[in-house]
Amino acid sequence: MSADPSIPPAALSGEVRLPEKLADVEPVRSVRTPIRLEYDFIPGSASSGYLNAFADRKILGQRSPVDGAVFVPPRGVDPRHGAATPDYVELPDTGHVGGFCVTRLPIPGRDDLEIPYVSAWIHLDGADIGFLGLVAGIDTSEVRMGMRVRAVWKPDDQLGRTAENILYWEPTGEPDIPVTAAGTNAWHAKQAAESGEQAAGEEG
Amino acid sequence: MAERLRADLVLEYPFTRTTGPVIGAFLTGLREGIVLGIRRPDGTVLCPPTEYDPETSAPLTELVEVGPGGELVSWTWVDPPRSQSPWDQPHGLGMIRLDGADTPMVHGLLVGGPDELSVGMRVTVRWRSEREGHIADLEGFVPEGAGQ
Repeated sequence: MSADPSIPPAALSGEVRLPEKLADVEPVRSVRTPIRLEYDFIPGSASSGYLNAFADRKILGQRSPVDGAVFVPPRGVDPRHGAATPDYVELPDTGHVGGFCVTRLPIPGRDDLEIPYVSAWIHLDGADIGFLGLVAGIDTSEVRMGMRVRAVWKPDDQLGRTAENILYWEPTGEPDIPVTAAGTNAWHAKQAAESGEQAAGEEG
Repeated sequence: MAERLRADLVLEYPFTRTTGPVIGAFLTGLREGIVLGIRRPDGTVLCPPTEYDPETSAPLTELVEVGPGGELVSWTWVDPPRSQSPWDQPHGLGMIRLDGADTPMVHGLLVGGPDELSVGMRVTVRWRSEREGHIADLEGFVPEGAGQ
């Protein structure tokens, strides 16, 4: 008889029978299974352009030749259409919080992060997807979707070819972006607005 | 053209996972210095034990002691071991069918060279002196009669 893969297995009974030698010993209930991968990262041309621009305090994205969507960080391709994206776009260091997470537990290996901290999808003005950043300079309970932020950079003499040049994102104090047009909703809101304009133009 | 960039990166997770009753029993056995298999309804014994019967998916519950001796079913030689290998010296990797078990398990073969290994030879467990309930409690296998 072979198993029917559509039927989930029965729960483990937990009623295992052990040899007598193990009858009175404390059972093992957990096991350490650490993994570690050491590797050399060598960025391709799109990522290299992005990282090199950081040394000049610039953030680069790339524009899709198909519908104009701007990706940051640039990856050399519009993954939705399989189209190469050779054209860089310089983006401002302002945008809004598209989504965020408050972390209240320390992460092994990140002793530099004081808890609680906020990691967020930062949607730059002019970009059509978000990228990850820390939000600070505000109480964690005040962070919200649609909140306008700007980059806080390292001092110019400490800038390197790395996204770590941006220490964190702080609130600008400007009015929030409506949630319906924030984060992943932004692209759809923009598409709807453009098709609306087009329709209005056709009527005129 | 700008200089080529490169960075040394490390991806590391310090996982601890729960074992469940069967794998937990296997690891408990290792800590106590015995190897456990698990009996299927047809009477054959799987070692290492699995939580479910590989053919019927029925839960398995009857753990039985196997080994510590067994037969080398197949092997290869590792030289040099990689940086994160449990072994720091050249060694064999073998499939070992322990006495009382019907399936072989993979583990290290602690001998001086490949000329000391042959399919069908008798091997036995070498335990670490300090054990914690981990597969590495079993340091490896050595030829039977070679001394522990």
